[in-house]
Amino acid sequence: MSGYTVDPRIRWTEWIPFLVALAAFFLLPEYLSLGARILIFILFALSLDLILGYAGIVTLGHSAFFGLGAYTAGILGAKYGVADPFIQLFFSGTTAAILGLATGAIILRTRALTLLMLTLAITAILLEVANKMSSLTGGADGLSGVQVNPILGLFRFDLFGRTAFLYCLVALLIGWIVVRRLIYSPFGAMLTGIRENRARMHAIGAPVYWRMVLVYTLSATMAGIAGALLTQVNQFVGLNVLGLEPSGDLLVMLILGGVGRLYGAFVGPVVYLIAQDYLAKQYPEYWYFGIGALLMTVVLFAPGGILGLIDKCLQFWKQKSSARASAR
Amino acid sequence: MPAVLETEKLCKSFGALTVAQNIDFRLEPGARHALIGPNGAGKTTFVNMLTGAIAPTSGRIFLNDQEVSKTSQAARVRLGLGRTFQITTLYRRLPVLDNVALAVAEREGVARRMWKPASRHAEIKDEAMSLLATLGLADDASVPAQDLPYGKQRLIEIAIALGLKPKVLLLDEPAAGVPSQESAKILDNLAKLPSEVAVLIIEHDMDLVFRFAQQITVLVQGEVLMQGTPTEIAADKRVRAVYLGEGIHA
Repeated sequence: MSGYTVDPRIRWTEWIPFLVALAAFFLLPEYLSLGARILIFILFALSLDLILGYAGIVTLGHSAFFGLGAYTAGILGAKYGVADPFIQLFFSGTTAAILGLATGAIILRTRALTLLMLTLAITAILLEVANKMSSLTGGADGLSGVQVNPILGLFRFDLFGRTAFLYCLVALLIGWIVVRRLIYSPFGAMLTGIRENRARMHAIGAPVYWRMVLVYTLSATMAGIAGALLTQVNQFVGLNVLGLEPSGDLLVMLILGGVGRLYGAFVGPVVYLIAQDYLAKQYPEYWYFGIGALLMTVVLFAPGGILGLIDKCLQFWKQKSSARASAR
Repeated sequence: MPAVLETEKLCKSFGALTVAQNIDFRLEPGARHALIGPNGAGKTTFVNMLTGAIAPTSGRIFLNDQEVSKTSQAARVRLGLGRTFQITTLYRRLPVLDNVALAVAEREGVARRMWKPASRHAEIKDEAMSLLATLGLADDASVPAQDLPYGKQRLIEIAIALGLKPKVLLLDEPAAGVPSQESAKILDNLAKLPSEVAVLIIEHDMDLVFRFAQQITVLVQGEVLMQGTPTEIAADKRVRAVYLGEGIHA
């Protein structure tokens, strides 16, 4: 879904996620906090899809940016009295961007397994830092009492999570427009070129390394903003935003939905987080088993993720109906 | 005439193994030059040094009188050095048009633009499309590169390189692995290459070499054995002994 031959206009099906979200807002008022969480993870997954699905950069450390963004907003709101939500988002995005640029510039010279291990190391280091600097981060107890002012001075974060849900929905809408623009642009086409054949990219004169650092930084910024949203919605930050676990969860979500398809980042978190919510209620001790089974099923039988499976079914159905039409 | 590409005592060794030894080579604008030599003669190493994929042990390389011995691969491309690969190196899953458009966009400095959709950059698409048309690939523009027969994939290789509007074009075995009836089609297209472009071709297909090249350099064990017109090369006893003779027996 990028390149010089595709039609860049938005098809009506692309609005479905937002229509579903609005419907959920009115029909499922008791699930709005889960809903906000899902929207945040969709934004987070979109940022991962940009580097993994389009540029082909593998990472197990994307939580470093999410976590840094979450803690930046948290520390500003709890320790420094900076309670304006947009200022918090701005600083979270900035710190994540700086980390993305600094670490990307170093690790993107490596590839494959080495790169995977380095990304993992960075988020593991951040987790340990957050754990040890408890005067600033609250350590293992987490950071509570994060102040967040009403949005634009008008909309308070209410107990039912209505404001939070709509706030996250708007943030996701903006994030989606930006990512969609990016991947349909020549830059996006160039990213798929890096994914498909790096040797060829060098041979057509592309500064591959700098382009990767750039997209890595953009993706980090988005992940940082997603992290800040989580802090603002919960008014709390815990250590669980850093380290391997959230990175791994995110990767599983994206693989479930479908990598490099833009909307896989929408489907994955919905399926994963709803399954997690349901399974954790039904089988509090074994819920990860259910997630594992789901992942194995998808990887074995639908390597393109849920969206890939839907694509295949649609193609099969089209072929069948066109075969029937030509038989007549 | 000033050379567009020139090397001066170019050497490369991997440990004790010397694969290029004092290669002096020059290519003039519009040249049709072939590099031949038996397997292991160091042809690919030589090309890789020219493009910047590997660094020479010693010696210098000039592109339009500018020394590029230590310049990056991408920078040399921007200075006008295009290449094709011996092993087909395409964006296999991308449409044929995109394969070429990526190169055109890179040359035009469009590739880093992030807002306007790629498919609305008509100037890039049109140029890629007309390139495909000259190579007879216009009908395949929207097909993924991997779905085309091998002969056509070899032509896409050339189309990508031409999308860079190179001053020097290095063709690394453009007909490698192509059945002989299709290699004629590749030769036809090579004959149509813009006349101002200097072309260096590395090829095993002697038929193709002798029909295409005006000058031939013979490389044996990392050294230039001789250089001359096809007639001179064909008449030379040493060349026949080390190269053409082997070819006939093989």
